[in-house]
Amino acid sequence: MNESLAIKGVRDSLVLTVPPTADGPLLELVLTTIDGRSAFFKGGKVAIDLGAREISAAELGRLRDRLSEREVHLFAVLSTAEASQAAAANLGLDRDLDRVTQAEEVTAPAIDTRLPGENAILVERTLRSGNQVQHAGHVIVLGDVNPGAEVVAGGNVVVWGRLRGVVHAGAGGDEKAVVCALDLAPTQLRIAGHVALSPEREGTVHPEKAFVQDDQIVAEAWSAAG
Amino acid sequence: MTATIITITSGKGGVGKTTATANIGAALASMGRRVVCIDADIGLRNLDVVMGLENRIVYDLVDIVEGRAKLRQAMIKDKRIPELYLIPAAQTRDKTAVSPGDMIRLGDELRDEFDYVLIDSPAGIERGFRNAIAPADVVLIVTNPEVSSVRDADRIIGLIEAESKGPGKLIVNRIKPEMVKRGDMLDTVDILDVLAIDLIGVVPEDEGVVVASNQGNPVSQNKDSRAGRAFHNIARRLEGEDVPFETLEAGDGFFGKLSRLMRPGGQA
Repeated sequence: MNESLAIKGVRDSLVLTVPPTADGPLLELVLTTIDGRSAFFKGGKVAIDLGAREISAAELGRLRDRLSEREVHLFAVLSTAEASQAAAANLGLDRDLDRVTQAEEVTAPAIDTRLPGENAILVERTLRSGNQVQHAGHVIVLGDVNPGAEVVAGGNVVVWGRLRGVVHAGAGGDEKAVVCALDLAPTQLRIAGHVALSPEREGTVHPEKAFVQDDQIVAEAWSAAG
Repeated sequence: MTATIITITSGKGGVGKTTATANIGAALASMGRRVVCIDADIGLRNLDVVMGLENRIVYDLVDIVEGRAKLRQAMIKDKRIPELYLIPAAQTRDKTAVSPGDMIRLGDELRDEFDYVLIDSPAGIERGFRNAIAPADVVLIVTNPEVSSVRDADRIIGLIEAESKGPGKLIVNRIKPEMVKRGDMLDTVDILDVLAIDLIGVVPEDEGVVVASNQGNPVSQNKDSRAGRAFHNIARRLEGEDVPFETLEAGDGFFGKLSRLMRPGGQA
């Protein structure tokens, strides 16, 4: 007589179902199931589906206490039998699992207009020849990047100044990474696995964004819509 | 008196560190200051040659550090310019013979007896450079108006900033105004654009420097030499005098840009 009850997960609780063919004290049936997997149940919420079985308030109370000893919290009893439902009500237990859903709907949060950002570091100085900045996220430089300096970022690179060194955006392979600078004139520009050299300076200096398009790196004058 | 310890360095070799050290030292001494020049280029010593004192070397910097000679014994007094002294480098050793700690101790010993200690740094960024900047209060960076020299100067500035000796002051050496005008040579403005530190001197290319060097006579003693005058002006600026930069060409473009740059703080 050591059959375990069927266990089903419903949201954050576990439901033990007593099959109609089961006989023997309910206490034994439940405890056998629990004790076989004590680590699994410990600290958890449990509901018991009795089906048509009848149970008294006293028996239910003893069951709840035994479960508490094992740090398992009995919170609901499901049953089609009126006697069992009455017993559950007497002990303050829920008689269905739906009450949990109703509680959630009442406290739905307001629409959240905050935007999460992404991980970036800010370097607030000019990078001189030999200086190096490496970061898995995005890199923002408030200053120039002199020839001989290096910026390597897993994400995007934004230089609020003159970019004249070596820059590698999307260093982990992200082809959608971009490089932006007020004066985009790097000795070498890399995005993911692509490499480009700066063309000869034409016309006035203006902010530009470099990105991968059709499998090569292109640079365009900066516009917010881009 | 408490000395100001000034290290003259560059990163790149051959840009004029030794020439600058010798000439600024001579200029300061001729203005009445007590000056000692130290050659930190162990194994490739040149400062003694340029100052015309090579025949009088008995002891050198390594002898002092290793305890074989006292400071007084190793210091060579210049006979033409009063109050100018030289501590030469060793020629038979290399830069590992001296440590940054040794240089700091030497600097401390000299501080009470001199107005200026000028240290001629070797080229490079290794031990010799680190020895030379260890005791420095002020670092002067010499660059030529050409790209590889400016690149190395930028690296050096980054290194001295990392050692909290920065940012240093710049000497642009061997500039040729005719070439700048033609667009064939970097302008001082272009150099400051990259290096972004205060300018302390602009020295024009001058054949007289070669002649003076060969003769062991610092060119800053020669009032007719433009380079000599420029080094002399650097000495005056070190003394706190506000010396305007000489117009090296007739047009106002160069000077106009320079005077814009010499705002307080000197940021380009």
